[in-house]
Amino acid sequence: MNIHLILQMAADSMPDREAVICGSQRLTYQDLGDAVNSLADKLEDTKKLAYLAETGTAAPVAMFAAALRGIPYVPINYRLAEDQITSLLKRVSPALLISDDAPEVEGITKIAPAQVFERTTSWDGFAPDEEGSIAIELFTSGTTGDPKSAILRHDNLMAYILGTIEFMSAEESQSTLVSVPPYHIAGISAILSSVYAGRRMVQLPNFSPEAWLKLAKQENVSQAFLVPTMLQRIIEYTASNNETLDLPAMQAIAYGGGKMPHSVIEQAMTLMPHVNFTNAYGLTETSSTICLLDPDDHRDAFQSEDPAVRARLSSVGRPLPSVEMEIRDDDNAPCGAGDAGYVFVRGEQVSGEYHGSGSLLDENGWFPTRDRGYLDDAGYLFLDGRADDVIVRGGENISPGEIEDVLIEMSDIKDVAAVAVADDEWGEAVGVVIVPADMTTPPEIEAIKSHVKNQLRSSRVPTKVTFMEELPYNETGKLLRRVLRDVFST
Amino acid sequence: MVQIKAGTKLFSAVCDTQIMVLRVPADDLDVTCGGLPMQTEEAAEKSSMSGDAGEGSLVGKRYVDEAETMEFLCTRGGEGNISVNGVALEIKQAKRLPSSD
Repeated sequence: MNIHLILQMAADSMPDREAVICGSQRLTYQDLGDAVNSLADKLEDTKKLAYLAETGTAAPVAMFAAALRGIPYVPINYRLAEDQITSLLKRVSPALLISDDAPEVEGITKIAPAQVFERTTSWDGFAPDEEGSIAIELFTSGTTGDPKSAILRHDNLMAYILGTIEFMSAEESQSTLVSVPPYHIAGISAILSSVYAGRRMVQLPNFSPEAWLKLAKQENVSQAFLVPTMLQRIIEYTASNNETLDLPAMQAIAYGGGKMPHSVIEQAMTLMPHVNFTNAYGLTETSSTICLLDPDDHRDAFQSEDPAVRARLSSVGRPLPSVEMEIRDDDNAPCGAGDAGYVFVRGEQVSGEYHGSGSLLDENGWFPTRDRGYLDDAGYLFLDGRADDVIVRGGENISPGEIEDVLIEMSDIKDVAAVAVADDEWGEAVGVVIVPADMTTPPEIEAIKSHVKNQLRSSRVPTKVTFMEELPYNETGKLLRRVLRDVFST
Repeated sequence: MVQIKAGTKLFSAVCDTQIMVLRVPADDLDVTCGGLPMQTEEAAEKSSMSGDAGEGSLVGKRYVDEAETMEFLCTRGGEGNISVNGVALEIKQAKRLPSSD
């Protein structure tokens, strides 16, 4: 099944409904369909369609036009340094590239985003339906090494959409504010889900709390997806400007892409009691969301006196009905409730495949996410960091998360990260980077150590402590732990 | 009768209805819309409906048999009812999930 079907059904069934808005540009589903047919006509003999620009109306046009011609769509992170972009473009070549400003690379032909809308002739062929064909290639963020090119097939993405969205289920008045970048899996799934649901997309190319709030009010936005740092910045912005978070039209906010601090979601729920919050956990390799903490889960956890239920506000919820999940230990044996191990998932939306290294699925179709975590006795998943981030101290596995959770409770600590540091005696030991609430009066190192020792045990006590004004996060809120490991190793 | 598998598109011979096969058992199936067999290509001219139209088909809905051994996605709605081996299919009631993106 080809993802172009999503657009075809939308353009057939609701041609006059608004599909996407960016700045002064407004496109209906009919306009979107026409632009796609027109761009598709320019893709004769094109092997891949790449996109190197900020979010804009050209992004959904490009994605569906590539699908219509049966070629992969490859959105690339425009915020990378030029040499990194050049190296990625060499891997994508030969291709047609939609970009205003890109380095010259052999085999790459360029057109500007605005040219996407130059109407010439229209392609009137049908979308090919070859089994197993590739819809999208996404470079992973490369927080642990060189970016890998993840492959998402039409079948993976269609399974995700059909498994999670009811066609045309959005009211005509509804709209969603898209502030995630176009090269991120959340930016891809936002387009597919919104078009299938018939929900207008309001695109915000460059996120700032001020611009987000202004656009949300101006367009009476009813839905939004945010990464945790964005929600945090919106709350901080309104507080520091003595404003209230006054968004009467907002019905639902989904968040994901990184760990949500407990305090931030609690503040958000208090400030916007009318909003339904959903936590979505997923990976590029799983075609977006695999686990959901839904609005009822949020309210139940928020109001509960039971510590186990209350803790679920820090979980990522339960697997989608269409996805199976297992937690396994170091020996690949299933873990019981409450026991942390490695998260494995299986389902039609799971691709688990990269260019070069092939499929990571085992013989039974299970994909190792390399995330660590545990399921509570009601099946809620609590994440515990990446497998690569585990600190191995004398053969004992220590999760950075357990140390961070304890330290963030200290009132003079604003943010904290724990990473492995080299240790002569134990191989690895715990290093912590602290962002003090007040840089002029950081907490005493001894107080930090004794807090960890009292709350956990002596093996968790950091051997190295350093202070920073802020932690290094990438633009989607992922903590760059390798940068912190470098801080300790130099 | 045509050999159908997941991904096969079928067109009604009597109305605008189009469906896509999501999953089917290995058996030969007689898929009809408005009483006439559905086809793998859109007919230039539509025939008249045979028998009672029923409620017709609705775009975006998923149609299943009672035992859910087969599933079809309606990609374009029409006046004809979809049946397999003479039994009308039903709309699948899916659990509605909150929007997560």
